[in-house]
Parts: sequence; C-alpha cells; structure tokens
Amino acid sequence: MHVNSPNFKSNVTHALADTRLQKALSDTRLAFPSRRAAAVANLPEFEQLRDIGRDIKNHTLANLDFYLETYAANVERAGGTVHWCSTADEARAAVLAICQRANARTVTKGKSMISEELGINAHLEQHGITPVETDLGEYILQIRNEPPSHIIAPAFHLNRDDWEESFRKVHTDLPEDRVFNERRDILTEARTRLREKFLAADVGITGANFLIAETGSSVIVTNEGNGDLTQTLPRVHIALASIEKVVPTLEDATSLLRLLARSATGQDFSVYTTFSTGARRPGDWDGPGEYHVVLIDNGRSGMVGTEFQDMLRCIRCAACMNHCPVYFTVGGHSYGWVYPGPMGSVLTPSLVGVDQAGHLPNASTFCGKCESVCPVKIPLPKLMRHWREREFERHLSPQGTRTGMGIWAWFARRPAAYRFATRLGAWVLGKLGRKKGKFTSLPFADGWTAGRDLPAPEGETFFARYARAQREGTL
Amino acid sequence: MTQPARKSRVALFVTCLVDLHRPTVGFAAIKLLERAGCTVEVPRAQTCCGQPAYNSGDRATARDLARGILDAFGGYDYVVVPSGSCGGMLSGHMAHLFDDDPNTRARADALAQRTHELVSFLTDIMGVTTTDAAYAGTATYHDSCSGLRELGIKAQPRALLASVAGLTVTEMAEPEVCCGFGGTFCVKYPDISVRMVTDKTRDIAATGADTLLAGDLGCLLNMAGRLQREGSKVKVRHIAEVLAGMTDTVPPIGEGKA
Repeated sequence: MHVNSPNFKSNVTHALADTRLQKALSDTRLAFPSRRAAAVANLPEFEQLRDIGRDIKNHTLANLDFYLETYAANVERAGGTVHWCSTADEARAAVLAICQRANARTVTKGKSMISEELGINAHLEQHGITPVETDLGEYILQIRNEPPSHIIAPAFHLNRDDWEESFRKVHTDLPEDRVFNERRDILTEARTRLREKFLAADVGITGANFLIAETGSSVIVTNEGNGDLTQTLPRVHIALASIEKVVPTLEDATSLLRLLARSATGQDFSVYTTFSTGARRPGDWDGPGEYHVVLIDNGRSGMVGTEFQDMLRCIRCAACMNHCPVYFTVGGHSYGWVYPGPMGSVLTPSLVGVDQAGHLPNASTFCGKCESVCPVKIPLPKLMRHWREREFERHLSPQGTRTGMGIWAWFARRPAAYRFATRLGAWVLGKLGRKKGKFTSLPFADGWTAGRDLPAPEGETFFARYARAQREGTL
Repeated sequence: MTQPARKSRVALFVTCLVDLHRPTVGFAAIKLLERAGCTVEVPRAQTCCGQPAYNSGDRATARDLARGILDAFGGYDYVVVPSGSCGGMLSGHMAHLFDDDPNTRARADALAQRTHELVSFLTDIMGVTTTDAAYAGTATYHDSCSGLRELGIKAQPRALLASVAGLTVTEMAEPEVCCGFGGTFCVKYPDISVRMVTDKTRDIAATGADTLLAGDLGCLLNMAGRLQREGSKVKVRHIAEVLAGMTDTVPPIGEGKA
C-alpha cells in the first residue's frame, strides 16, 4: 500500500474539515470503550490475563525461530503448504502463483490487514483475477475504492447513508423504494450479493489471528461468518499471516482469545472462532482441497532484539485506537498507511521507515490511555518515544524544533543563567500581559495562539519571589 | 498515622512552569506542606525535570538535567512536585535514562522512591484528610494524564476538595480524557491539540461549574487559554491554590489584575 504518512499534517487538516468524517467519529467514539469496560468488569481475572498474554507473546518472540519451524512442520504434516516470504513482493508472487495454478478467476477474501499491507487486491487485478472482499466493511470499501480506516472496523469513517449510496452505485438493480434504515437492511443486502460470490470463488484468502505451533492450525475470528465461507467453500484456501502471529499451543491461543474480543469489541467471544488445520481429509464434509499458509516477514524480524520488539506482541484488537483521543480527532486515514492509532504510530515507522512515518510517533500527547487498555501490555508511549529518539539521533526532527530545544537546553543545564533568563522573560511577559492577563497573539507562538489565548505569567518568577521573601523574612 | 519523631525534610521541586508562570502554586505547595508538618526547602540548582528533552528524543539533554536533579535533591526525606507530569518524570522515567550506568541508576531509583506529587503526598504519605480552606463556588476537576495513569492520582484531590468549605465539586463527562496539551505536542500539532481541548472545554461548560481545577499547570494553561478564547467565564486554578486558601492573592489563570 502506498505510504501517505509524510503528509500527515495535511491529512489532518482535511480530516478536521471533513464534517462527515467528524460526525462518524463522534457518533461512535464511546461505543467501543463502553463495551470493553463492561466486558472487563465482568471478568475479574482480566488484569491477570493481560500479564499472561504479555508473557505468552514474550516467550514466543524469544523463541520465534523454534516456534515458526515447529508450526511449519505441523502445517506440512497436516497436509498444508507453507510459503516463507521475507518481503511483500515475495508474498504477492506466492499468492498469485497459487491462484494461477488453481486457474482462479474469482477470489473471495476475509478481512486481513496484512493483505492491505501487501496490496494483494491490486496485484491480483493486474493479473486478471477478481478479488471480492466479503467482510461487510471491506466490501463497502472495495466498492468505494478506499482503504480501511480502522483495523477491526474498516469502514469506521463512514455514516449510515454512505452505505446505501455505495450499494446503489454497484447494485444498480436495487428498487428505488428499498430502505436501508437498519443495520439488518445493510447486512441482508450484502449477504444476498455475497452468497453468489462465495459459491463462485475458486480461491479463498483469509488472514489469521493466531498460528498455533503445536497443531499447525491457523485461527480466525469474525462476527459475520464470512471468513468461514471464504475458507471452506473454495477449492483452495490461502491464509496470510505475519510471523509474529505464531503462539506455542492451543492453550496459549485460547488465553489470548479470552483477551482479544473483550479488548476489541467488548464481546466475551467473537461470534465465529475457526481453527483451520490442513486441507480437506477423506471423510470430511467440507473444506478446501488445498491449504496454503503464506508466512510473511516484511520487516518484522528486523524488530526482534531491538527496543521495538514489544510491538510484535500486538494481537490487533484495536483497543489502543478505540481509546485514543488523537485517533478520534483525526480518523484512521490521516495516519497514511495500513495501521492507524497508537499501534500504527509504532509499527508503521518500523515497517516503512521513520523517515516516512516520522510524524506518527510525534502526534501523541503520551496520555497513556492506549497502554492502559492494551491486552498484552505494550508500552506504546515508550515505544513512540524511542522513535523520537531515533529521529533526533538521525537529525530527522524539524530544524526549528531542534534549534529551539538546543537553546532551551543550554539554559536549563545552567541554573544561574536559566534563573536570569526566566526572570527577564517572566517580567517582560508579566508586564505586557498584566492588564488582560492573557495574550491573544504573540510572535513565535502562533502554534499556541491560533486556537487559544496564552495566559500571561504572574510576572515575578517563583525563585525571584522566594529569594525576595527570604531576604525580607516574609516566608 | 504515627507522628514522626522529627519533621520530614521536604525538597520542593518547583517545576519550570510554576517558576515561570504561576509562582503562587509554589508558595501554596510550601504552605500545604508546612501545614502538614514538613520542613520545606527549595534547592536553588533546579530548572526543569527534563521532560521536554526526554519526550523529544533528546536523551543526552534529559540525562544532563537528571544528573543536576540528582545532585541538587539528594539528602532529603522527600521530594515533592506540584505536578503529576513532572512528578512522573522524576519517579517513573528518570531512572531509565541510566539503565546503562548502574551507579547513577541506583541514585535515580532512590530519588524516585522519595519523590511524590503534591496532593497524593499530602494524603497518602502525610495522612492529611482535611483542609481549613474555603472557596465559594462549584468546581470541576480534570484528571491530568500523567498523574492519573502513571501515579494513580484520582481519589486524593477529590478527597481534599471535599473538605474545602463552600466548595461543591461536580464531575465532567470524561474527566480522564486528555485535554490535548501533551507538552510540545500542543505547538507541534496545534490543529489536533485545539480540537481536543475544545472537546474538553465543551465538557467543562456542560457541568455548569464556575471553576476548573487540575493538578498540572501545562494542562491548566491549555484549558484556560481555550476557555478564554471562547469567551468563557470559568475561572481556572491549580488545585494547590484552592487547598492552601490562596485564591485571594492572585487572579485566576489568564485573568488580569483588577
């Protein structure tokens, strides 16, 4: 997917001026957090589970080579095929080759963020194969030719009437009096149209929430059941998964599943949780004739052993963005690549380079809400700060900021000089602002004063007044 | 709580914003600490906790400032900070600047253990449960992020405010949501910051409170600046000013002297 993160600031300007987007964001802002809070309140051991989740992932990452090899061996033993891909190019080629060998014309797809990362749809289309997104949100976005704006609710940026408009654009036979007032109306329409696609598809592509080393299984969770139809009906199933999705055992996967839905949507469990192990065996009622896992690195292994390794614990629940005041101000598309919100602000620089995505880890107040809800306790603000350190070291931060910071640092290191400078500054600003108590504009402070007044200082610094009080004996 | 044999010696970490902008908060802190039975000293060799550098990725400057703090603030029973953000820097983050330097790390850990944010120090360490302050009005209290999530400050300010004569506290819809200040964030991304603080001032206005209180000057300047740009009459103050009964000595933040 094209990286639009360098344009973060202009993306934000557009997003703030987009009244439809702002409506969609403000209408939904409280839904996920309140559902998560209710689910967490109903599970007394939730906090303990977060530690367990963190530990499972840490253990796996510390032994990633072992678990990946074990997983791959068990996939093969169950009759599946593993395609190891170190880059997005390799992964696209692997998917295309499988589809071409199957003489595929139509490919159904379950929701998969790694598929967005790889740009699978465009690649298949270029080679004459039609991909059909079957997740309701993704289906709409495919019609609209838009990327997802959220990792579990891809059409989060849309309003109800956008859905009807999109349907009518492609479902040209829709009667004019057909109503789309309820969620059910939208679902029914998509279900009817997609049923034919499911039956016609030659290949089904899904993502994977977890890969289980001990059994060689891939796991997907969905609420619409589209993933199951995608992976069981066609002749060939391809599971796309990045390497950090592996967990050692079924037991580990179930521990993480207890965290996942509660953190994501506030459900105890997603409606469908499906384990796929190999292809259809003799005697099976259904299932694909071929089962392929395209196992993708695409930059992850470079994070192992660095200060960003903790990010590989992420189970893609979206709790961080669901609780992020910045995300709900700017929307997911502003971040400019596949992964928005706090997790994206750490992951995107890791995968596309901090020179491209440098704004993202800076566009955070470090309010810490994301870390407090992360089911695997990723210290997101700390990792964003590490990116700022890398930028500072590589002189990527803006020159104005660096110069200002340098001058400030010179004084801050020298208390006597600092005392003198602050005393003077506070006195001048105090005099100027004394009457009104505030400034409505100040040179070099437009960043502040464009939307806020700047309260004036009292005029005498604490240290000046304290020294005076000591002299005068009035303390 | 048992009375200590001698008075606790407390070093006040004034914070750069209080020093520069709102010295009354520093004097309010001294008054509250002395009233709680502490001896207060103000080490002169202090400037800033280093958070602007630390959060801008400039670890070298942050380390230099941290070393200065370690030198200036050694030897006290406690270090008290009238800010959850700077308090969190000293007690939560600073030691990690020296992960590769065991000796300094040990000193920083020791300092971290003795460092407390002002209001939580009064309640949790000194056992203060009431104040003799009075304030006529209705206030709403904003939970600043660092104090809330790094230091667990939530109940303490409300407990003390409950004892202020004449004061009613009314909660805003989402007191725990960030006001959009975020240190340098507010000038690096002013559009986002202003939108966030506008959401906050809407919540503040909806309470009908005449006063906004919080424990961090950065957030207060941000919210006061936005309230005043909107023409709001809400008075903005640091909680220490109210608890110390010093609201008569200085106008609310951002208001002129009559």
